[in-house]
Amino acid sequence: MKKTILYEMKNLYRDDMRVTGYQFGEGEKSVCVVGSTRGNEIQQLFTCGLLVKTLKKIEKAGLINDGKSIMVIPSINTSSMNIEKRFWPTDNTDINRMFPGYALGETTQRIAGGVFEKINDYKYGIQFASFFMSGRFLPHVRMMMTENTSIEDAKKFGLQYIVKRNPRPFDTTTLNYNWQVWGTKAFSVYTHETANLDENSAMIGVYAVLNFLSQTGIINYSMHRGYNSSVINADEMYDIQTPIAGIFQPLCEVGDSVSKGQVISKIIDPYEGKTLAEIKAPEYGNVFFMNNKQLVYTNQILFKLTDDYTIIRKAENSEQ
Amino acid sequence: MIKVASVNLPIDEELVIKKERIVPLNPTGNEKRISIVTGTHGDELEGQYICYELNRRIKNNPECLKGIVDIYPALNPLGIDSITRGIPAFDLDMNRIFPGSENGIMADYLAHKIVEDIKGSALCVDIHASNIFLMEIPQIRINELTKDELVPLAKMMNVNFIWVHSAATVLESTLAYSLNDIGTPTLVVEMGVGMRITKSYGNQLVDGILNTMKELGMWTGEVNKVCESIVSYDEDFEVNFINASSAGVFIPATKHWGKLKKGDYVGDIVDPLTGEILDKITSPCDGILFTLREYPICDEGSLIARILERDDEI
Repeated sequence: MKKTILYEMKNLYRDDMRVTGYQFGEGEKSVCVVGSTRGNEIQQLFTCGLLVKTLKKIEKAGLINDGKSIMVIPSINTSSMNIEKRFWPTDNTDINRMFPGYALGETTQRIAGGVFEKINDYKYGIQFASFFMSGRFLPHVRMMMTENTSIEDAKKFGLQYIVKRNPRPFDTTTLNYNWQVWGTKAFSVYTHETANLDENSAMIGVYAVLNFLSQTGIINYSMHRGYNSSVINADEMYDIQTPIAGIFQPLCEVGDSVSKGQVISKIIDPYEGKTLAEIKAPEYGNVFFMNNKQLVYTNQILFKLTDDYTIIRKAENSEQ
Repeated sequence: MIKVASVNLPIDEELVIKKERIVPLNPTGNEKRISIVTGTHGDELEGQYICYELNRRIKNNPECLKGIVDIYPALNPLGIDSITRGIPAFDLDMNRIFPGSENGIMADYLAHKIVEDIKGSALCVDIHASNIFLMEIPQIRINELTKDELVPLAKMMNVNFIWVHSAATVLESTLAYSLNDIGTPTLVVEMGVGMRITKSYGNQLVDGILNTMKELGMWTGEVNKVCESIVSYDEDFEVNFINASSAGVFIPATKHWGKLKKGDYVGDIVDPLTGEILDKITSPCDGILFTLREYPICDEGSLIARILERDDEI
C-alpha cells in the first residue's frame, strides 16, 4: 500500500486540506474508488476505510493481480466533514457539482480539478455517493446512461439492484458524469446510510467492490458472487408522496416487501396526535428508499418502491 | 396581495408566495404586463428596495400607469426570513429547480406555480444581488441563445453593463431560462451585494424599469435619463477573472467600477498572523472593474474581481 497526498490546499487559519489516496498494486490504473465528496457523507467515508483495511490484507496475501492498481480516496472534502457541514465551508458550493474542475477557477473548482487530474485516466471509477433527498436506500449500483456505461459491468458488483437513469442538466458537473466523459466506466454505489453509520450495509458496499475487482480480474480473490442484479429504471420506480405535511410515522423498513393497499406509513398531526393520512402502497413492490426525516412537507417523497412484482400485478389485472 | 402559491408546512404555518398587482386607473383589458421578481436566493436583498421603491413611485402617479405591474418580492420567503440562500430544510438552490412540476415535491410545486403565474408577461425582470462575497455593478446577464430578443430590452434598463455569456447546461434549470424557453422574455439583473441594500443601485434600476415600461407603452410618467450600457459578448474574451492565489484576508486598494490599466494595483491578500502580504494583486489588462470582492476572508481560488477588458475611453 502506498499512501499519497493527491491534492493539497492551504488554509488561512485551519490546517491545510489534504486529499489522501491509498494505492494498492502497481501498474495499469485499473480502478479508483472515491468516498465522501460532501461533509455529511460519513457512511461513504467509513465504507472506504473498511475497504482500505480489507485491501491491505488482500495485497499482503499477494492477491492483487500483476499490472493492476487500485486507488482508494476516502474523502475529498475533509474541510467540510470536520465542521459537520454538507457543502464547502465558506461559499456552500458542492464539490460534486464542480467537475471536471478548473485549476485557475474558484476554490471548489480547484479542488475538483486537482483531484480529477489525478483520477481521470482510470479504467473504472466507483463513487460511494449520496442522494439529494435524505433517506435510507437498499444497497445498489446507480448509473447514468451515457455512451460509456455498461450494465454488464454493473452486474459485477453482485448487488441486488442496478438503477439506471438518464443524466439531467445538473448531473453534467458530477464526478460520475465527467469520469464517463473522459472514458472511465463509472458507477455510484449506495449503501443504507449517509450521515449515520450502518456497518452491515457498509460491509455490503465493501463486498460489492471486492466482487467487482474479482470479476474484472483486478484481484485474485474468489468470493460469493452475490445477486444476479435486477436492472431498474429510476423513472419506473413508484414514488410515494405524502398528500399532507406533518409527522412521518413509517410502518415498514427499507427492504420490506409490501402488498398493494398495505398501509406503509401514517402522517400524524403534530398538535393533536391524530392520523392525518394513511399512506398505502399503490402496488406490490420492495421498499427501495425511505425518507428518514421526521417532519415531512406536502408532496414529499416518503418511499420509492421497486417494480419487482409486475407479474403479480399483471395476473391480478387479468383476473379483474 | 395575491397568493401565487401556498402550501401548509408541518406545524401550523402556511407558506405563501405573494405578489402585488398594480393596475391602471381605467384598464382597457388589453394591457401588457410586467413582472418584477426577486428573492429566489434568501440572502440577496437588493431587490427588496426596488420592489418597495417601484411600488411607491407607481402608486404616487397612478394616472401614468398604462400596463399591469406584478411585483413578487419573495419567491423564497423561508430563505429570506432565515438568511438562507437556498430553500431551508431542502438544501436546494431554488434557481436550479425550474420549471418545476405540479405534482413534485414542495419546491418543485412552488417553482411550477411561479412559472405559471409569470407566464405571458410582456417582460419579466428577475433581480439578483450577487452573494455575500462580491459587489456587482448593476448588470444584466443574457444567455447567448436569447441575445437577439433580450439585448435591446436590456439596453432600456439603465444598467452599466450587459454580459452576454455562453450557454451552460446547468443554467437550464433557472427561472430565467424556463421563462425565456416558453416565450416570456426574462432579464436577469445582478447588482450590489448579498445581505445588504445599495440604495443608489436600487434607484438606478427603478429608473431603468420605468424607462423600459415607457418604451413598452406601459408608463407615461417622467423618467430619468438612462445610461448607455456596455455590452460584452463572451466570444470577445473580454471578461478577465482574478482569483485568490492563496488563502488570506483581502484588502482592496481600488474602487469598484473604476478604470484600470494593466498592472494597476487592485489589492492585497494578507496574513494577519504574520503581517505578510501573501499576494499583491494587479490588473491583468486595461479595463473596468465590475465585480469586486466585498467579503474579506478568502480561500485559495476565491474570486477577487472581474475586469471587463477595454482599451478605449469609458
